[in-house]
Amino acid sequence: MSGLDKRAANALIWLLLLTMPYWIGWIGGYTSLGSRVLVLALAAMSLNFLLGFTGVLSFGHAAYFGLGAYGAGMTIKYLLPSTPLGILVGVLVGTVAAGVVGALIVRLRGVYFAMVTIAFGQVFYFIAYRWNSVTGGDDGLSGWKRMPLDLGSAHVDILNDDKAFYFLVLICFAVAVGIMAALLRSPFGRTLLAIRENERRARFLGIPIERHIWLSWVISCLFVSLSGALYALLNNFSDPHNLHWSQSGDFVIMAVLGGMRSFWGPLIGAAIFVVLQDYLSSLTDNWQSFIGLFFVLVVLFFPRGVLGMIRRRAGP
Amino acid sequence: MRKIAGSLTWGPAFRVEALARGGRNLRMTQLILFNVFNGLIIGAFYALMALGLSLILNLSGVINFAHGGFLAIGAYLAFALIPHIGFWGALLVAPFLTAAIGLVVERFLIRRLYGRDPLYSLLLTFGLAFIFEDGTRYIWGPQTLPFTVPDWLNRPLSDQYFFLTGYRLFMVLLVVAVVVGLFLILNRTRLGMRIRAGTGDLETVSTLGVNVRILRTLNFGLGIFLAGLAGVLAAGMLGLQPTIGSTLIMPSFVAIIVGGLGSLPGTLLGGLLIGVASGVTGVFFPSASEAVIYVMMALVLMVRPQGLFGEEGRIQ
Repeated sequence: MSGLDKRAANALIWLLLLTMPYWIGWIGGYTSLGSRVLVLALAAMSLNFLLGFTGVLSFGHAAYFGLGAYGAGMTIKYLLPSTPLGILVGVLVGTVAAGVVGALIVRLRGVYFAMVTIAFGQVFYFIAYRWNSVTGGDDGLSGWKRMPLDLGSAHVDILNDDKAFYFLVLICFAVAVGIMAALLRSPFGRTLLAIRENERRARFLGIPIERHIWLSWVISCLFVSLSGALYALLNNFSDPHNLHWSQSGDFVIMAVLGGMRSFWGPLIGAAIFVVLQDYLSSLTDNWQSFIGLFFVLVVLFFPRGVLGMIRRRAGP
Repeated sequence: MRKIAGSLTWGPAFRVEALARGGRNLRMTQLILFNVFNGLIIGAFYALMALGLSLILNLSGVINFAHGGFLAIGAYLAFALIPHIGFWGALLVAPFLTAAIGLVVERFLIRRLYGRDPLYSLLLTFGLAFIFEDGTRYIWGPQTLPFTVPDWLNRPLSDQYFFLTGYRLFMVLLVVAVVVGLFLILNRTRLGMRIRAGTGDLETVSTLGVNVRILRTLNFGLGIFLAGLAGVLAAGMLGLQPTIGSTLIMPSFVAIIVGGLGSLPGTLLGGLLIGVASGVTGVFFPSASEAVIYVMMALVLMVRPQGLFGEEGRIQ
């Protein structure tokens, strides 16, 4: 794609996102479905920062997603009913946990890395599941609500106004995505690509591989916990499933479905996945089988994802 | 929301019962012995699962997420067979039927993904796990079904050590026999020799004229056989639930990581070790009995990233 095309595509995507609450109703959706797409797209894009652009397969990102969710929820419930503080604490909790776990696993690669990330994810799941008195256990953490924003002069009621909340999510999304895009364009991002393409050669060039992978992992988990915090705010609820490995699988399939070699791929994947899930679960009780079947079909017939296919058609 | 698998809790009821009997010292001894023994049994399950997973992972580089699903299939097949051929017949036939299903799955789905990014086989087996779990729920319902083992097996062997039922002892003995058999196959037969050789260097094995396709298929079937067997045994102890497989799969991952990738004896030891650890922890701090195995994993990774018996080169 030429530079002009790329700029046009970017402009189109932002335009669609900015106007989503106004047109999503026409195609049978609703505003909070749009928010959900955006939140999960942020998670999938953050995962893809690691998966698609560093070449490291994590299957445990739900842990940090869930930590963000519980961090935000518990802050608002127990500490101080403030939405920004909830988001901040959620992100902080998720990032610190990721930093610690990352230091343990950064020397592992490939399948082994994937397996260890899955297994570590379950620690947090069991904590949330077992610590009934604080986390609400299996029933999830409820009894709290996102609080209206107080911006000095302006008072934004994100609780009752779905559109206002959508725009809060969009602002967070834009900041996070902007930072990730800038990072990928920077020398640091180029180094990550070099590691993805040929780790051994990068090591010979004197690049501290472990430090780069650790950083990429922490950055990726930081934005995943941001999306987790937003997800909890969206539902006014967080449950152990947010931390479960099946949630991690959903993120990976979103990234693959959209195309993990392209920056915007996971956004498209998330949109397809969320809409499909919403539709299937309204249709049948056995939607889980269909989601499973969907996984299988994507892997067998669509491994490059939507954008990968388009690019291949259009390419030389 | 997806139904999340609960955790294995066979503890509390027995614990209360234990406290009601005997003097104080006897009580404590009983309690600890009970939990160590219980841990060994859980560990044996983990080891059976993990050995199958490990076989497939070592030779084909596939993390079989659907392993828990195969376990559930084994259990439900046995349940369906018992009215016709009795417990012993089902115990004999169900694992073979499960292995046959495994062979079909390998032939038509998993075989296509060998040699590709492990991401794809992970996603595919992930989807299969959903399909299996939901499929068993669809056919047999979500409720726990009673799984009858012969009466004479269910009787306690001793009045004082009441937890030592014949069935538990039988399970341990059977697992021991199967593990011995497995190692005999691997060390004494041509097939086993080829599997071990392929684990080391598949390409050379292929050059020497061994049909690697068939080797991988048989190896997959062997792994699934173990899962099916574990399923029948687990059903006799836990009762039948669609989530029976997903509760057992995560600890099996941990068993492999603790034991060391690429080493079957390591996997066996890892399974027993984490089983006993979670059993003993259950005495003093019941709510941490799941989390403790992940702590063990973290410790092992800190000290020996390749696992207790792992080879250095495997983790890259």
